[in-house]
Amino acid sequence: MHTRRFFLRNSALAMVGAGAAPLWLERALYAADAPSPRKKILVAIFQRGAADGLNIVVPHGEKSYYEMRPTIAVPRPSAAETANAAIDLDGFFGLHPALAPLKPVWDDGHLAIVHAAGSPDPTRSHFDAQDFMEAGTPGLKATTDGWMNRALSPAKPADHGSPVRAIALDSTLPRVLRGANSAVAIQNLRDFQVRNAGALGAFQSLYADTHDTALHALGTETFEAMALLQSIQKQHYEPAAGARYPGGRFGDCLRQIAQLIKAEVGVEMAFADVGGWDHHVNEVGALASEGQLAARLTEFGQALAAFWADLDDRCDDVSLVTMSEFGRTARENGGRGTDHGHANCMFVMGGGVRGGRVYGKWPGLAPEQLYESRDLALTTDFRDVLAELVKGQSGNEDLTKVFPHYSPKPIGLLS
Amino acid sequence: MSARKIPAVLTAVLILGLSLDARKKSDGSAAAQFRQPMAKAEKPEHALNRLTFGARAGDIQRVQKLGVKKWIDLQLHPDRIAENPVLLEKLQPLDTLGMSTMQMLQNYPSPALVKEMAAGKLPFPEDPDKRMMVDRLAARLAAKSDSGVPDRPSLDALLQPDQVRTLRTAPPQQKVELFASLAPALQYQVLENIGQGLRMQLYAAAPPALRRRIRSAYGSQALVAQDLTEAKLLRAVYSNCQLAEVLADFWYNHFNIYLDKGADHFMVTAYERDAIRPNILGRFEDLLRATAQSPAMLFYLDNWESVGANSPAGQRRKRGLNENYGRELLELHTLGVDGGYTQKDVTEVARCFTGWTIRQPNRAAEFEFNARMHDDGEKTVLGVHIPAGGGIHDGYQVLHLLAHHPSTARFISRKLAIRFVADDPPESLVNRMAATFLSKDGDLRAVLKTMFDSPEFWSRGAYRSKIKSPFEMVASALRAMDAEVDFTSGLNNQLNQLGEALYRKAEPTGYSNSSQEWLNSAGLLARMNFSVALVNNKVAGVKVEPAQPSDAAALGSPDFQKK
Repeated sequence: MHTRRFFLRNSALAMVGAGAAPLWLERALYAADAPSPRKKILVAIFQRGAADGLNIVVPHGEKSYYEMRPTIAVPRPSAAETANAAIDLDGFFGLHPALAPLKPVWDDGHLAIVHAAGSPDPTRSHFDAQDFMEAGTPGLKATTDGWMNRALSPAKPADHGSPVRAIALDSTLPRVLRGANSAVAIQNLRDFQVRNAGALGAFQSLYADTHDTALHALGTETFEAMALLQSIQKQHYEPAAGARYPGGRFGDCLRQIAQLIKAEVGVEMAFADVGGWDHHVNEVGALASEGQLAARLTEFGQALAAFWADLDDRCDDVSLVTMSEFGRTARENGGRGTDHGHANCMFVMGGGVRGGRVYGKWPGLAPEQLYESRDLALTTDFRDVLAELVKGQSGNEDLTKVFPHYSPKPIGLLS
Repeated sequence: MSARKIPAVLTAVLILGLSLDARKKSDGSAAAQFRQPMAKAEKPEHALNRLTFGARAGDIQRVQKLGVKKWIDLQLHPDRIAENPVLLEKLQPLDTLGMSTMQMLQNYPSPALVKEMAAGKLPFPEDPDKRMMVDRLAARLAAKSDSGVPDRPSLDALLQPDQVRTLRTAPPQQKVELFASLAPALQYQVLENIGQGLRMQLYAAAPPALRRRIRSAYGSQALVAQDLTEAKLLRAVYSNCQLAEVLADFWYNHFNIYLDKGADHFMVTAYERDAIRPNILGRFEDLLRATAQSPAMLFYLDNWESVGANSPAGQRRKRGLNENYGRELLELHTLGVDGGYTQKDVTEVARCFTGWTIRQPNRAAEFEFNARMHDDGEKTVLGVHIPAGGGIHDGYQVLHLLAHHPSTARFISRKLAIRFVADDPPESLVNRMAATFLSKDGDLRAVLKTMFDSPEFWSRGAYRSKIKSPFEMVASALRAMDAEVDFTSGLNNQLNQLGEALYRKAEPTGYSNSSQEWLNSAGLLARMNFSVALVNNKVAGVKVEPAQPSDAAALGSPDFQKK
C-alpha cells in the first residue's frame, strides 16, 4: 500500500510540475503518511427506464401480488425449485433470485432496502420523472442544478478541491451533478487525456500563459485532473480479493469508482447509471430466474456485490444508494410485461448503514390500496432517503439548500 | 483555401485576443468597460464573432470592404442575401425537412408504426423504395416476435463468392461500388447480415442517397432526427445568412423542446420550420403564438392533456389541469422568473389554455381547440379580468397580454443582450432595447437594431468577452479550417461529448447563453480533443486540408474559445 502511494505521489507531482503541486494534491498524496479524517463518499446509482421494484424486492407475503401477476410473479421462497424462487429476507419480502450475490451483504447488515419509495410527483413520463429525481425538486421544472451538486459544500477559494471531488462515469455531466460546484464527467478514467502528446504540451503552455483568469483556472483544474488520473493508471488496478465485477458498462463504472475511492484522490460524490429496465413486453422468461429482468438484475447484483467487496477497508466511509424514476404497474399487462407505475424500491449499502431491514411503511397491494387503482402507493419520499445519506456524507444538518421547499423525515438508516 | 492560410486566420485571432486581455487588466470597473469604445480595426472581427458562427478566411476583409454597418443591415434582411449553392445542394437529400408530421410518420415510421402499417391501420409509404424498406422492417419485427431472434441467412447465401470476397476484403470504394450495383431488395438483405464495422465503412464511402438507404435499414425513424441535426450543422457552417441561423438557434433554444420526448420526435421538424424560423425577425407575439399552438410544444409541456376541472371532459374523466405550460410560458418564454407573477397567475393562465390540444397526436398532429376540455369560467391573469365564455380567445388574450408586458420586453431584451453583447449586459442597454420592444409592438428586428447600434455593443466590455458554446466552437472551427462537411454523425458525437447535443436539451430552459455554463473540465478536454481529431481528419464525415499540427493547438487554445 505504502509503495503504491509513494509511486503515485511521485508520478503525479512530476506531471503537475515540481513545486507547483496544488493543495488538494498535497493533501491527497500525503494522507497516507499523516492520517487525517478521511472523506466520506456518497455513490448514487440511477436505474434509468423505471425498474420493476415489485419483482426486484418481492412482497411474497402479499396474496394480491400473485393474483395480479399470474405469469410474471417471482415464486414464494417456499417453492420447490429454489433457484427460481424469491430469496427470503424477513418472512414478507424476498430478493429476486438473480440478486443472490447481495444476500451476504444483507446478512452482514450492510444492505438496507426502502420499499414503496420514490418521487411523489404523479408523472409517468421517464423524461420528467428522471429530471425531477435528479433535480431533487419533484414538480419544479425550472430548477437548473442537481441535488448532488447542491450537496457539495462550497470549496474554499484557496483550495479549489480535488478535481475529481464530484464525478460521473458518463460522457456528459448528468443533471444530478450540474450546478455551481465543479464536477467532472469522465466516461473512462483511461480516456481522460489529450490524445496527442505534442498537442498536450502546446495546450498546457497556452492555458498557463493566458491572461483570461477563468480559462487559466479551468486549464489548471483540467490538466491536474488529467495528471491525477493518469498517475492512477500507471499501475494496473487489481480489485480486492473476492471482488469479481461482471462484464459490461455498469461493472466497469463501479470498478472505476472503487479505484478512485481507494486511490484517495478526494472523491466525495460519485454517480453512475444503468439502463434497460423499461420492460413493457416479455419482462420475464419461462422461469422467473430467466428473461430480460433477470439478465439486468444479474449484472446489477454482481456489480454491487463486487463493488462492496472491492471497497475493502474503505467501506466504512462509503454509502451507496440506488434509485429509479418510478415503479411499474402492480398488474402485469397483456404482453407479460408491466407499464409505467409509481412507487419503487431503493437499495442503500454502506458501512454505516443499519442494514438487514426493509424500511418504509408497506401500503399493501389490495385493489383499494393501489395508487390511482393501478400502482404501488408511495409511503417514503426519495428525498427522505437521500437527505440522511447527504447528512452522513457531509455532516451538514441543514439541507434546505439541497432539497428546497422540503423537510425530510428521518428514517434512521444510518447508525 | 490553402493550408498556409489557415494558421494566418487563427493567428490573427490569437494576437487580437492577447492584446485585449492586456488592456482589460489596466482598465477599471465593468461599467467603465462598456463606456470605452473598442478600436475601429476590431469592429469587423467583433461583428463576425457575434453575428455569425465564426469568421471564414477573407470574411474580415469582406466586412471591412462593405462597411460594418452595411454588412449588419444586410444580415438583418436575409431575404436580400443569395444563399450558398453548396448548402442548398447538401440540404437537398434531407427530404424530411420539408415533410409534414404525417408524411414523416408514413415515410420514416417507428417500429410501432411499422406494426400498425402491417396491421392495416396506417397506409404504407407510396414511394417504392421507402415501401420496400418498411416491408423489410415489418418482416424483421414479425420474425423477432415469433422466435425472439430474427432469421439471418449468411452472406454466402445472398451473394456470389467473389462478391462476398469483395465486400469483406476490398478497399472501401470497391465495396461501395459492389454494394451500389445490387438490387435494392438485396441491399437491405445484405445490410441486415453484416457487422457494424463494414456497415460504417459502406456508410462513410457511399454517396448521399445510398447513405440514406443504409441508415434507414436500421430503424428509419432515426433519419428524422438525423436530418434535423445535419441541417442545423450544415446551415451553421455554410449558410450566407449567418445572423438568421444564429437567431434560429437562439429562438429554438428560448422555446426549447426535447426531441426525444415521445411523439416530439416527429413534431420538432415542423416546429422549427413553421413556428420558429419564419418569425425570428418578426413580431414577438407572432413567434409566441406560433409556439403556443404548435403540437410539438403542446406535447412537450403537456398542455394537450390539460383539462378544465368543470369542463365536460374534466367531469367525465379523472383528468385535470396541467400547469406545466402555463408555468414555463410565464417563467421561461415571457415575463421571466422575477417578472412579477404569482402561483395564482400560473393556475389562471393554465385554465385559459385548457382545450388547446392536439388533433391526432400520433398521426397528423395538428393544433386543435377542444371546447369540451376548456374551463369556460372567468379568470384573472396579472390583474386583468378575462370574462367567462371566451373559449379559445382566453389563450389569445393571455398571449397578447404577455407579449406586450414590460417584464417580457425586459426579459427578452436582456436575454438577447446576454447572447450578443456580454454575460452581464449593462442595464442602460437593456432598458433602451426594452423601450424599442414596447414602442415597436415587439418588432424583433428593431430590437436587434437598437442593440447593434448601441455603444455598449461596440465597447471594450463586449469585445471578446464571451466563451463560445460547444456548437459555436465546433461550427467556428469548421469555418476557420474551411472544412468540407459530408455527413454529420461524427460531429454529433463530438457535440454530445462537448455537452451540447443538438435538439436534446431535456429541460425547457434550453442551453445556457452564459459563458459560465461551458467552463468545466470535461468540456474543455473535449474541446481540445475535438481540435486534435478535426485537424487530423479523424472526425467521420469531415475533411480538412492537410494542415499543421499547430492548428490543433490554435483551435483548442483559450483564445479560440472566446468570441
